[in-house]
Amino acid sequence: MSDRSATPPAVSALAAGAMAVVALLVAPAQVRSADEIEVSITIKDHRFDPAEVRVPAGKAIKLTVKNLDASAEEFESKTLKVEKIIAGNGTGVIRLKPLAKGSHKFFGEYHEKTAQGLLIVE
Amino acid sequence: MLAALVIVFREVLEAGLIIGVVLAASRGVPGRSRTVVLGVLAGVAGSAMVATFAAQIASAFEGRGQELFTAAVLILAVCMLAWHVIWMAEHAHELTARLRQLGHDVTLGSRSVAVLGTVVALAVMREGSEVVLFLTGIVLQGAEGAVALALGSAGGLALGAAVSAGVSLGLSALPVRHLFAVTGMLVTLLAAGLAAQAVQQLTSAGLISFLDGTLWDSTWLLSEDSWPGRVLHVLIGYMDRPTVLQGIVYVATAVTIFVLGRTRRTLGLARAPSEAGLGQS
Repeated sequence: MSDRSATPPAVSALAAGAMAVVALLVAPAQVRSADEIEVSITIKDHRFDPAEVRVPAGKAIKLTVKNLDASAEEFESKTLKVEKIIAGNGTGVIRLKPLAKGSHKFFGEYHEKTAQGLLIVE
Repeated sequence: MLAALVIVFREVLEAGLIIGVVLAASRGVPGRSRTVVLGVLAGVAGSAMVATFAAQIASAFEGRGQELFTAAVLILAVCMLAWHVIWMAEHAHELTARLRQLGHDVTLGSRSVAVLGTVVALAVMREGSEVVLFLTGIVLQGAEGAVALALGSAGGLALGAAVSAGVSLGLSALPVRHLFAVTGMLVTLLAAGLAAQAVQQLTSAGLISFLDGTLWDSTWLLSEDSWPGRVLHVLIGYMDRPTVLQGIVYVATAVTIFVLGRTRRTLGLARAPSEAGLGQS
């Protein structure tokens, strides 16, 4: 029986530990966000607008995706290694580290036929 | 319909594989089937909650909420899996003896079972919320093709469950004396892979920006987006373009679990015969 009673504290200690690690990481990050390039796009009728986004090379990017559809979308890019759920009528923020010149395809995984876009780094 | 099947299957594949491995790895632990079922149910309930509050979670911490939440879930799962490997290392001897004799359940403590259930719940919750959001989307979009999409989704879920059963049965076919050595190694690498994924999430949140150069690029050989790539990604943490930090975290996690497991194993060997009350056959 001692085993049974020992479980919850061990589990919650681990959970608390995990949350603490995350909390520690959050604090310094607030400082860094100053020199980001901010770009925003919308999703409407399962299409990106604009479908082509141009950003400068070598700068961190904060890409805000606003979903105007009622259904959720998963913003995904293989080359950028991004997979992000954007709730219906919700907004998602995608942070990209400074990129080299080139282009990256992105798409909405739940509506791949229509939701296609391109990020051009120049 | 096929698109829905592929999307849902892709999401549930990870949970399916993890459940299969954990099931096989805990063979002989009393109450494991019931715990897995409870874990799945808790995971589904958790998924629905996460899906309901998806917008709020996403906008928390300046839009970093989703990544932080996923990272926390992953780190917790890594701790649980590590605990499981270490516990199994200590008790594998008793369990092996028991499996050989097909004896009655020996009370080995419920801690291992609780940990097992939590891992399953976390695995289901992680990708499950995405399935819930996808399915909600189908409902919201209304009539056109909804039935076909629903059928496809059900097929995807069934395939995920089949993967769990397949992996579990496949591993269980191993000779008993090798079973726990193999599953222990597999769970160790699986946990190391999840730790590397947590790094990826924290990088996506913009919280980690050091050691983020690409360690290697093996996309040409085996892409993480291919089905074999996906399976290996979950099972052994295969990455086609890991960052330096991901590589370091992967190795550090695997080595830590391995060493701790080794230490406990010696302890278990010394104690097992008297505690289990079973002779060696």
